[in-house]
Amino acid sequence: MSVPPEYLPLSLVVSATLFTIGVGGVLLRRNAIIIFLCIELMLNAVNLTFVAFARQLGVDGQVFVFFVMAVAAAEAAVGLAIIISVFRHYEMVDVERFDLLKW
Amino acid sequence: MEMIPALGSALAGLLQEAAHGAAGAAGQGAAHGAGQAAGDHGGSFTPILPGLILLIPLIGAAVNGLGAFLWRDRRLVPSWVGPLAVGGAFAVVLANFLRMLETGAAGPAVVTLWSWLSVGGLEVGVDLLFDRLSMVMMLVVTGVSTVIHVYSAGYMRDDPGISRFFAYLNLFVFFMLVLVMGGNFPVTFVGWEGVGLCSYLLIGFWYENAEYSSAGKKAFIVNRIGDFGFLVAMFLLFAMFGTLDYVPIIESAADELAYGGITVTAVTLLLLLACTGKSAQIPLYTWLPDAMAGPTPVSALIHAATMVTAGVYLVARSGVLFAMAPMSQAAVATVGAGTALFAATIALKQYDIKKVLAYSTISQLGYMFLAVGVGAYTAGIFHLTTHAFFKALLFLGAGAVIHSVEHAFHEQGHHGDPNDMRSHGGLMSVMPVTGTTMWAATLAIAGVFPFAGFFSKDEIIWYAGSYGYPILWGVSLVAAVLTAAYMARLMFMTFHGENRTDEAAGQGASSALHEAPAVMTVPLVILAVLSVVGGWIQIPEALPLPHVSWLHDWLHPAVEPALAVAEEHGVEAAHAAPLGGGEAVWAGVSLVLAVGGIVAGAAWVRSKEILVPERAADDRGLARVLNRKWYVDELYERVFVGPLLALSRACWRVVDDRIIDGAVNGLGYAGRALGWVGSRLQSGRIGTYVLVFTLGVLAVLGGLVL
Repeated sequence: MSVPPEYLPLSLVVSATLFTIGVGGVLLRRNAIIIFLCIELMLNAVNLTFVAFARQLGVDGQVFVFFVMAVAAAEAAVGLAIIISVFRHYEMVDVERFDLLKW
Repeated sequence: MEMIPALGSALAGLLQEAAHGAAGAAGQGAAHGAGQAAGDHGGSFTPILPGLILLIPLIGAAVNGLGAFLWRDRRLVPSWVGPLAVGGAFAVVLANFLRMLETGAAGPAVVTLWSWLSVGGLEVGVDLLFDRLSMVMMLVVTGVSTVIHVYSAGYMRDDPGISRFFAYLNLFVFFMLVLVMGGNFPVTFVGWEGVGLCSYLLIGFWYENAEYSSAGKKAFIVNRIGDFGFLVAMFLLFAMFGTLDYVPIIESAADELAYGGITVTAVTLLLLLACTGKSAQIPLYTWLPDAMAGPTPVSALIHAATMVTAGVYLVARSGVLFAMAPMSQAAVATVGAGTALFAATIALKQYDIKKVLAYSTISQLGYMFLAVGVGAYTAGIFHLTTHAFFKALLFLGAGAVIHSVEHAFHEQGHHGDPNDMRSHGGLMSVMPVTGTTMWAATLAIAGVFPFAGFFSKDEIIWYAGSYGYPILWGVSLVAAVLTAAYMARLMFMTFHGENRTDEAAGQGASSALHEAPAVMTVPLVILAVLSVVGGWIQIPEALPLPHVSWLHDWLHPAVEPALAVAEEHGVEAAHAAPLGGGEAVWAGVSLVLAVGGIVAGAAWVRSKEILVPERAADDRGLARVLNRKWYVDELYERVFVGPLLALSRACWRVVDDRIIDGAVNGLGYAGRALGWVGSRLQSGRIGTYVLVFTLGVLAVLGGLVL
């Protein structure tokens, strides 16, 4: 199965839309889990761009996607662990309420 | 007498190599000096072991200085090393003197030990100058020092710091010799500062007593004012002559300088400032009475016989410059005569035996300044020499008295001041040797025939009158009467009348009074003999006595250039005093005045009962003013010390604390303030960070796209 080259702009539009939704979610939501999901959304938007460009520019983009997935998986593990620790302490995950880490 | 040059050559044999080097240098120096020696006094002088004169006291100081750390308990070692080191220097000086006497050479011989400063046009070597003037000074310094060192061995016998004491004392002798032997102004200045240092160390010798150590500081700081004059005078001299060596300056001063010109007047007035500091003249004399805080042999050696005469020596040494500046000469003479009278009035009402002698010293130094100021350099040096004998004797005698009274007080557990003459009285019967020898010195200082002071003081008074200073002449005559009076007061209060020691310290105290041991009385006797015969080296022709002009002839080559300048400009001695009458008449008058002064002083002491310090009422009226030294210390405190302290405090509180510290602290506060502003950005809220981060990325991307 192959996707013709003229679909590239469509892929990029989808990717940009996903990315913007992710950014908006990170900026506007206060629940740490949701913010985390939005970050994953942004990563996958980037992955889509890589894959789309890989059609014309070679396989490098696809390889890069695997790296991003691996790093994202590691990040998810660490991030979830932190969120769980925070939840155990505060019994909530509202990022607006966490402001101890300063000067 | 034959033995001493032999000793010199024996030493030369021992130190052949060193001696060879020195002799080589001496040969050069002598060749250099021979050309400048006046024709009829020609003949070069080759000094014997010149470096050794300085080296021996320095070694003594080093050994005693080490001893102060190493053998604290062996007090016998320093009491031998100290006197022997100075005695050794005296022996070498004596050998040199005998050679100079024998060969009739006048010098000036300059021995350059090594080159010290060589900067651009300035060439200063470590030069030792041997001429008739420095020879007299070397003899006086080492001779009197030797006697006083021997006395000190007895006086300081029980002091735990004896080793340190002799280290300082030997170091003093070293620096004093540097001062008088220096062949140029900088070397003299080194000695000048060095003796000041030793004076400071020895005044504050008993440093546990805060009052004593601040007396040392006072001496040091007051002398700094004078030293400033010395330094600026040196700069001016270098600017004028391009050299600082005495010999070329003396040679060329008459040709290169304008008579009475501004520069030479400035130089000599600055030198006078230096001399008023070191020799305790008005206005810088206030440190000397306080300097009595030091051990009594120190007062005798440094603050009576040697160091304080450095100013007189310096004026005599640069006599040519002073002769070129008649205004400065008048200033020197006025300062001298004024000090002589002023200090004598204060001495009349002091109760501390050493304070009387201190003011007496200031007064006698005033006479010497009067002499060198009017141009009678020989008379000044003459009085310097005789004064060294009788004033050293007076101080040493006072030391013996203090020792004895202190012992009596100590036995009784009394904590009074042993120096206070109101607690003495009638000591003649227990201390006959001290009393008798001090009487010899008293008659000498009062100017009673045939004691030494009669000849030297009379000569000064005579020249003051005959060189045309009638007012100063009158002042010096009045001061002579006062001198006799306060000395008679001192002697009668201390040695005659009823003994008051029991009254001061409790019954039985007087039984502990004792004569000093032989190690102290023998120096007293030696100095007493010198106080009697010391004046016979110069007996004026006018008196119905054998005419002796040994000192005059001896010093003539050294003072001749200055006299020549004076003569050239018409300054000559008259042959009559301002009120008429010749030298013999006025010698008789001053003898009558001296005896009258003694009788008046004695009558004054006997006229009223003397109360011990505990019971004595405060003096009133003029007596109180004199006792409080005309309130000069209070005046200086108010006029100079107070404002200076206020200024220093302003510098501390305003300039240092506010401006300098303020600038540094201000920078610190500014940094902290900036940091505080920055810290507000770190809110700890992730949302804010992400927003700023996103906006930042958008801004960068926007920038790239546009």
